[in-house]
Amino acid sequence: MVMHALDRKLLRDFFRLWAQVLAISMVLACGVAALLTSFGMYQALGDSRDAYYGRNRLADLWAPARRAPMSLLPEIAAIPGIRTAEARTEGMVMLDLPGREEVAVGQILSLPASGEPLLNLPILRSGRLPDPDAEAEVAVNEPFALANGYRPGDRFSANLNGARRELTITGTVLSPEFIYALGPGALMPDKEGFAVIWMPERAVQAAFDMSGAFNSVTIALYAGASEAEVIDRLDALLDPYGGTGAYGRDRQISDSFVSSEMDQLWTMTVVLPPIFFGVAAFLVNMVLGRIVALERSEIGLLKALGYSNTAIAMHYLMLAGLTAVVGILVGWGFGAWMAHGLATLYADFFNFPYLIFRGSWTVYAISGLIGLGSAAFGALRVALKAARLPPAVAMQPPAPPRFRRGLIDRIMARLRLSQPAMMILRNLVRWPIRAAASALGLSMAVAVLAAASFFDDALDKMLDTTFGLANRQDVVLMFTEDLPEISLDELRSLPGAMQIEGQLSEAVILRNGHLEKHTGIEARRPDSDLSRVVTDAGRVTAVAPGGLVLTERLAEQLGLAIGDPVEVEFLSGRRETVSLPLHATIPQYIGLGAYADFETLNAIRRQAPRVSVANVTIDEAHRAEFHRALNEMPALAGTAMLTDMLRSFKDTIQKNIDITATVYIVIAVLITVGVTYNGARIQLSERARELASLRILGFSRGEVSFILVGETMVLALLAQPFGWLAGMGIAWAFTQGVTSDLYEIPFVIVPSTFARASLIVLVTALVSALIVRRRIDRLDLVAVMKTRE
Amino acid sequence: MAPPVFRTENLTKVYDTGKVKVHALAGVDLELYEGELTVLLGPSGSGKSTLLNILGGLDTATSGRVWFRDLELTGMGDRQLTAYRRDHVGFVFQFYNLVASLTARENVQLVTDVSKHPMRPAEALALVGLEPRLDHFPAELSGGEQQRVAIARAIAKRPEVLLCDEPTGALDSKTGVQVLEALQRVNDELGTATVVITHNAMIRKMAHRVLRFQDGRISSVETNDTRLAPSEIEW
Ligand SMILES: Nc1ncnc2c1ncn2[C@@H]1O[C@H](COP(=O)(O)OP(=O)(O)OP(=O)(O)O)[C@@H](O)[C@H]1O
Ligand SMILES: [Mg+2]
Repeated sequence: MVMHALDRKLLRDFFRLWAQVLAISMVLACGVAALLTSFGMYQALGDSRDAYYGRNRLADLWAPARRAPMSLLPEIAAIPGIRTAEARTEGMVMLDLPGREEVAVGQILSLPASGEPLLNLPILRSGRLPDPDAEAEVAVNEPFALANGYRPGDRFSANLNGARRELTITGTVLSPEFIYALGPGALMPDKEGFAVIWMPERAVQAAFDMSGAFNSVTIALYAGASEAEVIDRLDALLDPYGGTGAYGRDRQISDSFVSSEMDQLWTMTVVLPPIFFGVAAFLVNMVLGRIVALERSEIGLLKALGYSNTAIAMHYLMLAGLTAVVGILVGWGFGAWMAHGLATLYADFFNFPYLIFRGSWTVYAISGLIGLGSAAFGALRVALKAARLPPAVAMQPPAPPRFRRGLIDRIMARLRLSQPAMMILRNLVRWPIRAAASALGLSMAVAVLAAASFFDDALDKMLDTTFGLANRQDVVLMFTEDLPEISLDELRSLPGAMQIEGQLSEAVILRNGHLEKHTGIEARRPDSDLSRVVTDAGRVTAVAPGGLVLTERLAEQLGLAIGDPVEVEFLSGRRETVSLPLHATIPQYIGLGAYADFETLNAIRRQAPRVSVANVTIDEAHRAEFHRALNEMPALAGTAMLTDMLRSFKDTIQKNIDITATVYIVIAVLITVGVTYNGARIQLSERARELASLRILGFSRGEVSFILVGETMVLALLAQPFGWLAGMGIAWAFTQGVTSDLYEIPFVIVPSTFARASLIVLVTALVSALIVRRRIDRLDLVAVMKTRE
Repeated sequence: MAPPVFRTENLTKVYDTGKVKVHALAGVDLELYEGELTVLLGPSGSGKSTLLNILGGLDTATSGRVWFRDLELTGMGDRQLTAYRRDHVGFVFQFYNLVASLTARENVQLVTDVSKHPMRPAEALALVGLEPRLDHFPAELSGGEQQRVAIARAIAKRPEVLLCDEPTGALDSKTGVQVLEALQRVNDELGTATVVITHNAMIRKMAHRVLRFQDGRISSVETNDTRLAPSEIEW
């Protein structure tokens, strides 16, 4: 088949313009890749989660209690709207793992006598579930087994309610309840140090003294049932048995983290790709506009030859289309690679039995279509303009652009600028829209960089406040029951323990009118040195007696202002309800904390001072002895190793931040190259004559290059402040999109972040302009002057 | 006499530039015939190109009427004019207007791709004596060669009329003669009605008829009883 001459022109133009085409394609590729990664992952997470929840029957509601008789279960099951209600016994235990120095924590869940539970069905990954009649058989969650190298048949020991027991692993499982398996007080999953343990009901009841009783109900609702109504009835039924309030998936830890990750991906999806597609559309518009201007007479000719408007418009649209196709293909490749990387990263945090990329081809199609669409959007006006060019007019050379004397000229005259500087400024003013769009494109590069390193700044602030100031203990020891404050003295004999401070924590519901929130109140002695309340300004304050200090987000959710009364309902003991004024609010980036004075809280509970946890600093030299001693402590429900946790958190997050920062630098460089290289090429093409004339008049290469490079750099400099602003905007959008009950990302950007972003973009712009400058050196003065524009 | 190929009736074209109205054509009545080679002479700005553009369907008149055979061009829409140009007209311009990224052959192919009974591109290029240059890009051709490619491109579709706006304007006399020879050959061998605009009064000697333009009107018409061959013309 013989190729049409017009198509041949298309291909030749395409290859002749390879550098410009490539610069545009790469920006487009970033958009496609970003969309593919964030939206693709968003879909994959959502699909996988829904499938997993559906197939393994994740409960709709969880209702913890202290101890309820089995006879209550039929009453619960009879609540209208409940399809399935299943009772179980849960407990926290300390684990002594062979070969591990530190104590580990386990969460025990009972398996029904019938074998498999009705809800929250675990998936067996190896071995078998424990025999319902066995006394010391357990199944553990797979990540824990893998991290510690356990296989079915292996054993470890646990401190079950004060009695040390050897447990045999019969199988490893995954559960939809623990996609994100977070131990008590932990920042992120600790696969080695936190186990989820499934044990036959009879053995659990014997160990925890719960025969004929349960302390947790999981519930599946009928579709359309009102969650709030069922919760009210459940709470009423469980209230006499120490119910601490039923909750839905929104307060289930694992699901909250998965949802919060999806929110982040969604924020990424809506913030980032539009920037790339916008810049790409602008570049297509700019480059194609120039091509059409250069090919005016060819367009006129094609029309004279009888080519239709459609054929001409298509010709230029196809050029944009080919550019888009290159960008889309590269973007798909790059995006697939990034999505793979992200999936591997997720595998570290989230325990899915499978990841469904079912929707992936639609994601490819959507990202491809949007890529094509943005190129077409950029090309459409230009292509239509080309098609509408009246043939008789197209054949005449274009009228020289009109320069007008305006305010700028008067200013320039005042400034006594050199002729080249004047040429630069005039040209910017002559094409104001193009100049503005170029500057906008460059500012997006700055913004992307600033927004990317914002995470680093924010994380620093988050960790500094949370650990540097507010929580300075190495270890948190959680007791099975609140203990008299004096028993802290016994802990002082722990080998390696340096400072020991008690803290009382109470589960409560805070209310303001119809607004309510489940949370915990913490109270410490005012002279506490380890765990402290930190104000906005970074100062440590004591909570004044008789009132509450709340996290800003919590106060906001409850609609509370300083001085307002807060209704506090305690969920344990006598379950008293009191009203306390809101004394102050504090920023707190992790969790939704509430704080009261130690004496005040004990007084409300009408008790001699008691503590529920101990905050401890340890002497690293005696670390091993310290942990060994913990294994012998009977009243311990769990521990949180803050220092260790912080270290591994920093390591993991730092790795991720480094990867992200690299990706964003590449992206910003590509945008900058795309905008400046194409801009400089177009300038050179438009002003070849002018610049050549200057050379003929005796200007040096350097002086002539100054005009070209100068214009690029003026635009790049103009772009900086807007880039900083836009970067702050993007960062702000992220903080808004990501903030949840779990955590809040502080909105801080340090000046060096801006400086770095600007430096990268300015250097890249300079290099791109200098590459084009080399063409000036090769300018054939005679040829340029001879050809007709 | 055969019926005219083109006929115009009180054709006018007014350019409204805001401040002033320019009467590029101020009532032109003419007839152009089959097989005829017509030369348009006249001072700059007298309306020659304007007339040619309207005859070729590149531009539309302000008032008056134009017929191509039985086809009335005035009142045609863009789509119809495009089809008219594609099917009937060949153009040659002063600045060749070749597509820089296409070879000589491919430039001709631009036309043969969209016409009904075209010659082969090589055949058209042979007519203007350019067989040895088939696969050269415009940048590798001299001005005269480029203009001959443009003529080959114009005639490759076997047009009924060939409209040339200063085809030798950018050329020296020697290459100009080669171009004129190509034009005359096409006119003789294919019987294509040919209109040539020129500022070179000598070229009028090769025409059947010469129309002189002045201020948007035809000021005089002369018929050559004897025509000179292009090689006999010099300037
Ligand atoms: N697009 C336009 N807008 C305004 N005036 C125009 C336009 N095109 C042509 N004219 C005017 O119309 C008149 C006739 O122009 P035309 O191009 O037909 O002259 P011409 O005889 O071909 O001249 P030349 O020999 O210089 O090519 C001129 O006065 C010209 O200025
Ligand atoms: Mg003219």
